[in-house]
Amino acid sequence: MILKCSDSSMSSAFARLSEKYSVYLPTDEKTTGGAKFSKWENSLPWSRVQNTVKGPKDFFFPQSEDLMRFRLEGKSIEIMPRTPSAEDFILFGVRPCDVKSLDVLDRVFLSDPVDSFYSSRREHGVIISTACSAPSETCFCTAFGILPWEPSGDAVTWRTEDTVFWEAMTPKGKEVLSLLDDILEECDGAEVEKQKSETRRIMERHPLSKLTADSFGGDVTEKLFGSEKWKQLSEACLGCGACTFVCPTCQCYDIKDLDTGNGVVRFRLWDSCMYSEFTKMAHGNNRTTQLERFRQRFMHKLVYYPANNDGLFGCVGCGRCISSCPVSMNTVKVMKALGGKTDE
Amino acid sequence: MQKITRDTLVDKAISLLESKTITRVLGWRRGEFDYDASPAVFTDIEEIKREFVYSDFCGANLSKYLLKYTSREGEKVLVFLKPCDTYSFAQLLTEHRIDRERVYAVGIACDGMADIKRIKKVTGEGIMKIKPSENSLAVYTLYSDEPVYIEKKNATAERCDGCKSKKTVCCDETLGESEEQTEAVRFDGVERLEKMTSEERYAFWQGELSRCIRCNACRDVCPACTCEKCVFDNSASGVETKAPSDSFEEKMFHIIRALHVAGRCTDCGECSRVCPQGIPLHLLNRKLIKDINTLYGEYQAGETVGSASPLTSYSEDDPEPREAFERSGETK
Repeated sequence: MILKCSDSSMSSAFARLSEKYSVYLPTDEKTTGGAKFSKWENSLPWSRVQNTVKGPKDFFFPQSEDLMRFRLEGKSIEIMPRTPSAEDFILFGVRPCDVKSLDVLDRVFLSDPVDSFYSSRREHGVIISTACSAPSETCFCTAFGILPWEPSGDAVTWRTEDTVFWEAMTPKGKEVLSLLDDILEECDGAEVEKQKSETRRIMERHPLSKLTADSFGGDVTEKLFGSEKWKQLSEACLGCGACTFVCPTCQCYDIKDLDTGNGVVRFRLWDSCMYSEFTKMAHGNNRTTQLERFRQRFMHKLVYYPANNDGLFGCVGCGRCISSCPVSMNTVKVMKALGGKTDE
Repeated sequence: MQKITRDTLVDKAISLLESKTITRVLGWRRGEFDYDASPAVFTDIEEIKREFVYSDFCGANLSKYLLKYTSREGEKVLVFLKPCDTYSFAQLLTEHRIDRERVYAVGIACDGMADIKRIKKVTGEGIMKIKPSENSLAVYTLYSDEPVYIEKKNATAERCDGCKSKKTVCCDETLGESEEQTEAVRFDGVERLEKMTSEERYAFWQGELSRCIRCNACRDVCPACTCEKCVFDNSASGVETKAPSDSFEEKMFHIIRALHVAGRCTDCGECSRVCPQGIPLHLLNRKLIKDINTLYGEYQAGETVGSASPLTSYSEDDPEPREAFERSGETK
């Protein structure tokens, strides 16, 4: 059942939902023209920017989080575990690619041994997605079977100039929408169908819509690992972590201890396979050249991850690596160079 | 918008390769779109003909790549350097980081580089094609049949608005002539910050730096950041960090970095260009350059090879530390 409300009534909808949940939504970054997820308060407007600079990963797997503390007193050590967050929250306006990115993270953090911090946030979070009606030229979600006009999530929305259409997809989503009984009204969904077909038409002309991931997957490791092309692809790489930190599916982290003087705070923080110190061990580094580090990132997304996860790719085509790389190297260039077919 | 053409650079590269004057070419490789050229190293003439690009979107400063590509005996690398990039090159020579004999430096005229983020603020997303003409860019998008025309001055990167010089330094030859520089607006951004109260300024930087994701792109692209092992990457240093654990840490990282390159920063503005969060980092460096100018007399790192920075040399006329304190307006 498709429901609708006017775009101007969204503020009342957010206010209502905020009575029971913390509501996070994409908001404009005025100085940069970008967007970020912010907690809704004081009529904060919902951004129309296509993608937030960072994905929604932080809400489930924050860039930095304390895991436990140790306090030293004399000869005793007190261990103080941290309780996972139990905040009920709604992540609103999540794009189709970003919703899919959570499937990628789930397979890592929810498989045995389950990550209690991540799983608690997943249980307490409700995902309300928003279909894309004006994709960026950098979007390539369709290469991974994602349709920009057909998002998933606990509830789904489509936004036009003046109207927002809603559909609940799960019991969690139904519960949220029931709070908006007096704001939402039933409709026939014709306008949603119209937007879907318009977006479909736009995608026909889209520069990356013919890109496919057919040449990648779990069974091409040997073919791609030794490719001569990595040298050229990685030649400009600076070894910074921009691509990995804006990526919604990168999930590597490091665990560190902070000496507080009378104890230790053990925390984890995102790590980047692009960094020279990544997974450094007593024997040294696993990958000593930038070529190896660069190759690892793309092989992980396009080959190793699907090999271990029933063919699911570790990339959702959000295009953030395209817009954030200082030297304009990215997944699309890698896919095209290594055999991602286009029907051009 | 650039008057010098891609073909001029390609011809130069091919003739120098054919005459065996050089072994490699550092330039830019065409991208997926009209705005995403990547720095590239070429040795093959056919590849140069096919892939080499030069446009308003070749902002990347190639000077730092010389560290990597001139490290071997027998190399002679042709590098194309825009005026501000030549300053970075000269500064690297001053610091003995590159062997001058292994470089064939060609300075190229520059009329300011375009900033795709600034363009997208006007055109929105969905860019299909960008066609330059003399004073504007025609931008074609997925969402309009007609192109959006953007005047050059509205498409240029902020760092180029405050261009310090169109002069090339330390080159074997220079191609093309840059447009006359317009009014000096280089320190406008810094002056705006100086006029703020300290609380306002604190709030400004707090807001900007709070977006930092600590990707280190600013550091890794910086031609003045050439330490073989950065203290922030060294797990034995005690200050190694990969994530902002609090807002103070971000200020510490950026302020330490700005001070570390003070007197060596050539103001190429790459730090601001590459920041995925659009933090105007070049303002920190320009503030230090302006202070050095005020306290020690005009000085520009990279203007002359071998020059001693006022911060690493001593003269009796040097200001006393109290002068900096007095300027702050604090009374005790």
